[in-house]
Amino acid sequence: MTDTPDSRDTVWVEHEALIDRVPRWVAMLALAVVVVAIWDLATARMGWVSPIILPSPGETLEDLIFVGKNLLTGGYMLEALWTTTRTVFWAFLLATGIGFSLGVLVGETKFGERAVMPYLVAIDTMPKVAFAPLFIAWLGFDIASKVALAAFIATFPIVVSTAAGLYSASENERMLFKAMGASRLQTLMRLKLPNGLPHIFTGLKIAAVGVMAGAITGEFLGGGRGFGALIRQSASQMDTPRVFALILYLSLLGLALFFTVAWLQKRLVFWNKANQPIGAA
Amino acid sequence: MAMAEPRARIPETAAPARPIYEIERLSKTYANNRLVALQDVHLTLRKGEFVSVVGSSGCGKSTLLKIMSGLLPPTRGRVVLDGRPVTGPRPDIGMMFQQATLLPWKTTIENIVLPIEIREGRAAAKAALPRAQALLSLVGLGDFARVFPGELSGGMAQRASICRMLISEPAVLLLDEPFSALDELTRDFMNMELQRICAEQEATAFLVTHSLAEAVILSDRVLVMKPRPGRVVEEIVIDLPRPRTLEMINTPKFGQIVGHIRDLLGKEAHQ
Repeated sequence: MTDTPDSRDTVWVEHEALIDRVPRWVAMLALAVVVVAIWDLATARMGWVSPIILPSPGETLEDLIFVGKNLLTGGYMLEALWTTTRTVFWAFLLATGIGFSLGVLVGETKFGERAVMPYLVAIDTMPKVAFAPLFIAWLGFDIASKVALAAFIATFPIVVSTAAGLYSASENERMLFKAMGASRLQTLMRLKLPNGLPHIFTGLKIAAVGVMAGAITGEFLGGGRGFGALIRQSASQMDTPRVFALILYLSLLGLALFFTVAWLQKRLVFWNKANQPIGAA
Repeated sequence: MAMAEPRARIPETAAPARPIYEIERLSKTYANNRLVALQDVHLTLRKGEFVSVVGSSGCGKSTLLKIMSGLLPPTRGRVVLDGRPVTGPRPDIGMMFQQATLLPWKTTIENIVLPIEIREGRAAAKAALPRAQALLSLVGLGDFARVFPGELSGGMAQRASICRMLISEPAVLLLDEPFSALDELTRDFMNMELQRICAEQEATAFLVTHSLAEAVILSDRVLVMKPRPGRVVEEIVIDLPRPRTLEMINTPKFGQIVGHIRDLLGKEAHQ
């Protein structure tokens, strides 16, 4: 048997649009080049936008290099980044601990569902940043008040996602565990928690973003030595390129946290094909 | 895959086997809507017997199965398995559901020893692994022990769930439409597999199904249930020889039995 096409065969090839065949790195690079080109055109070349509002790519790059050098040589900016990193780390840990515990309380007990959850929803609808002055009054201008604000913002998505995760076990799975004579704790540990991990990780990823926002907001409002304070300082000096450079480096911290969570999710929820994080494959 | 020829059973009529599951004047009323789900059900399963129950939706067959498995308390009546009243889930009751319901984060063999893990702990579960492997070979899944359930087809998953049911060596198998989610060819095949496994394990089985053909081909007796109130209206002894084969479906006798049951149920549907 040969596989040579016969004249009666109706062989044809399905064509995929060019844009769908571009490798990812090329696509990302191409998009970045286009954006920077337009940016450059609007600022340095044509002067459509004032440098105080939007610095040119060249200026921003200069500042990126300046800030990068400062960070690498262990300058005051590294110290500021380290302060913010610690804030973010402790806030995320705190939010995870409290959020997960409350989530289990709400998802597993009728009391939590009926008595605790309404209050949580009520608090969640408040603009949580408005609590910042309170945290500063209670905890001072040091890192603790920023940790508290960031954790406060990040806790709610974890509560909701944990509770939703515990609910997500199917009727069949619950019946199976009941028929096996599983205790409530066994059902929680062997069924509901592992089954809820995809949900829980969704909440953790939202919390990772929220904790960054909370930490920087806290530093804007409460001063201190963090990266947020540096950004505010540069902004008040109209040093827009510096602000841009600082934000870019700050985003690396957010990315690092986000991808740590995504990596953990890939390891722990290997069995859930539908829950592979986009962009972290 | 290799399929052993089902062994012939000793006919129940020759020497009546001992009763293993006894239900007397069982009733179930749901308090909230005053619905009489079951009224005065009598039922005896003998050792090694295969009994099915058929009926339209809402005839109480699922309620009956839930009470028999200890998942639901009866309102009135006696439910006794192996000399002891059923007052909750028990290791000597094997359950199988419409969905295989394997935990996706555990390998196939870990899923099979799950009942042991829950009841007796991880050490006992580990000790049961060779037995689980033997069961997997029995259903033709010997090479799939370390595979995660996501990789199994629907039929394979249901075969794995048969193993999970058998691992605790139950005295009775309660089957809740176990193959109704499978395609017809797989379903026929699984029914023959089930017959073979039941024969090899000398299992006592109780099957709830929508399929009259499935009930007749597998059972020694078929109970016909009717709703409002849920009750058993007729018991039909299926005296087709064992082992049953799929070819029997085409025989006139098989057709007569199925027709008779269909008439019984049809009358209800038009009432």
